[in-house]
Amino acid sequence: MWVFLVTEIMFFGGLFTAYMVYRISYPSAFDQGSIHMDFWAGTINLVVLLCSSLTMALAVHAAQMGERKKIVVMLIGTLVLGTAFLVIKGYEYHEHWVDHNVPGDALFGIDPGTGQQIYQDPRHTELFFLMYFIMTAVHALHMVIGIGLVSFIAIESWRGRYTRYYHNPVENVGLYWHFVDIIWIWLYPLLYLISHHHATG
Amino acid sequence: MAETIVSSRTYIVVWLTLMALSALTAGLSWINLGIWSGFVAFAIASMKMLLVALFFMHLRYTHQKMVWVIALVGFFWLSLLLSLSATDYVTRNFLPVPGK
Repeated sequence: MWVFLVTEIMFFGGLFTAYMVYRISYPSAFDQGSIHMDFWAGTINLVVLLCSSLTMALAVHAAQMGERKKIVVMLIGTLVLGTAFLVIKGYEYHEHWVDHNVPGDALFGIDPGTGQQIYQDPRHTELFFLMYFIMTAVHALHMVIGIGLVSFIAIESWRGRYTRYYHNPVENVGLYWHFVDIIWIWLYPLLYLISHHHATG
Repeated sequence: MAETIVSSRTYIVVWLTLMALSALTAGLSWINLGIWSGFVAFAIASMKMLLVALFFMHLRYTHQKMVWVIALVGFFWLSLLLSLSATDYVTRNFLPVPGK
């Protein structure tokens, strides 16, 4: 599982590097894009994911102790929190759509209220949103896969498939889930935080 | 292979620490620290990553050295990728280029 996660590090690493290079190349255009992030949606999602990591860790713990019911309860908690994350992400995507912040939109950067272009360098702010959408969408795809895996092991644990002596699948899905959490731990400061003080004055 | 079982209390303490660090980094983002905003945000993110990897992902308790090797190799190549890319793009305008 760790070997697989290293391939995932390299996969996300490429995206992080691309983001870093563009951020260095067009700092002010990226700043302007970054301050239009929904700070609270990102922060709530961070809290939601950290809580889901706790329930996942407790599910693995329950598997090690061989407590069947507790594994299922903790996995269901993880599923609920994972789904909540995706719902908030979907709400955020909808906001970007309404605000003309989706790259490729012919009206990109046009304020829906005033009809004015709000960015000084719309093409490069579009690049920021392109990176944002790729990185968060790939992360969300990992969440969807994770929810599938957690559902599967929840059903298997309910059937009593895992014992104190055999619970590798639970442990491995846990590793995957925590890894996806770590990706968000990094996306959060990169996308939401480092220009946030410009938005608040 | 014997595995170390961590008590649920440890997980809850780690989780509380993660929440506190998140509150700290979110709070600090309202303050303009100049070029330090990035450093502070990334330092806190690194701490959070370490906490998740060491405790939730059991890196601290693993008996297999190979797991450590694989995890460190992952970080090593990632840091090469990021740092060598940065040496190019960060330093581009440090020195004037004659004729440019």
